[in-house]
Amino acid sequence: MLSKRIIVCLDVRDGRTTKGVRFRDNVDVGDPVEMARHYYEQGADEIVFYDITASAERRGILIDVVRRVAATIFIPFAVGGGIRSIEEMRAVLLAGAEKVSVNSAALRRPALIDEGAAAFGRQCIVLGMDVLRVGVRPGIASGYEVVIDGGRRPTGRDALAWAEEAEARGAGEICLNAIDADGTQEGYELEITSRMASRVGIPVIASGGAGRPEHLRDVLTRGQADAALIASMVHFGTWTIPGIKSALHQWGVPVRLRW
Amino acid sequence: MIAIVDYRAGNLTSVARALHFLGFACRVTGDPGVLREAERILIPGVGAAGAAMASLRENGLDQALQGAFAARKPLLGICLGCQIVLGRSEENDARCLNLIPGRVRAFPDGLRAPDGRRLKIPHMGWNTLRLRSRHPVFAGLEEGDSFYFVHGYYPQPEDPACVVAETEHGIRFPSALASGSLVAVQFHPEKSGRPGLRLLENFCRWNPAGGTGGAGPC
Repeated sequence: MLSKRIIVCLDVRDGRTTKGVRFRDNVDVGDPVEMARHYYEQGADEIVFYDITASAERRGILIDVVRRVAATIFIPFAVGGGIRSIEEMRAVLLAGAEKVSVNSAALRRPALIDEGAAAFGRQCIVLGMDVLRVGVRPGIASGYEVVIDGGRRPTGRDALAWAEEAEARGAGEICLNAIDADGTQEGYELEITSRMASRVGIPVIASGGAGRPEHLRDVLTRGQADAALIASMVHFGTWTIPGIKSALHQWGVPVRLRW
Repeated sequence: MIAIVDYRAGNLTSVARALHFLGFACRVTGDPGVLREAERILIPGVGAAGAAMASLRENGLDQALQGAFAARKPLLGICLGCQIVLGRSEENDARCLNLIPGRVRAFPDGLRAPDGRRLKIPHMGWNTLRLRSRHPVFAGLEEGDSFYFVHGYYPQPEDPACVVAETEHGIRFPSALASGSLVAVQFHPEKSGRPGLRLLENFCRWNPAGGTGGAGPC
């Protein structure tokens, strides 16, 4: 049976990991290559790097990180953050990433999804989506609106409608980040996750709100997500991937137990 | 020298990187002459069967691979490279290499898990193998080891004795095949962590002609 995936998210700025990442062991907390290696050895099923580099000139640094990660970890990993063109996708994939994640740029120009899927195969294209609960209103039938530019800018797009359009255009997966839950460590947003996962035929990765293994259990069962993204709960050393997986296994959630 | 066949089907560098990590020299090539010189050959690839076969034929790589198989040179097909070793694929109705008689089939619609959940196609993510027979390339792997899959079609050889392992995704499908000096795996060993690297290393050391173990009845 297909396992539910646990995906670790690393934010990278100018080639270094950022945002309150703290290890107790001998991992250089700033080096994304070492951290990826650490999580790979700990049994992460996949890793995603979000590049929050401010300037385009420093993009080359990210490509170098991707190349070094690809030489040492042998599980799929995705790269996202500011990818706007086929050329940028190609650079990341050739450097060794398995997938690219597009978000704001795809909403501004949806054909980016079609082009990426045609050039590299849909399994390479992850649509990242930040959504905010706004209540049902004209144009927002689901009550969840897509927001872009790091959650600052509302778009007037309905989350479920955008998910369906992205699937039709060739997205291979959707990474759904619920802004209301993000950073709270109080649990994923189950409602929109389960509605989206049952609506589309491609995998949905739940993101935002993970604080305890129970939260993963809930989103992978009631929330119907195919994968769960985690960050702080492992970056701070509060939880380990083997600990989370062992708990999920005991609750009957299928996870990869040996690596 | 280990050759990795380049037939313009997806990311070849990840297989090369895994071999490099394991300490094996390899060369990515689209030259049939290099395949004839190679000690063993990997056939990776993602994409569609029709385009892949067209590219192989255009470059004379189909005959080079058929010749290598006849000469009992070790061959490893991965993902699309596993499918095109069969006779025919339902994808693009493509005629393939026919190293193993059989066909490549699409997953049927409406697959459900035992608990009634609707299953998604393509089958993507980590799944386990049920080993059906012993094979040197699978030495050291255990029941329950997980491998990374991404595919909407699966290989169905005519002779069930060719099936080394099966996997469940709504149906039980053949996920690893072997025949003579050929091993074909539907999953991505280069993206499957330690068990995947072990399989690649086993393949790189495997000598099917040298009596290091049965190449299977098939």
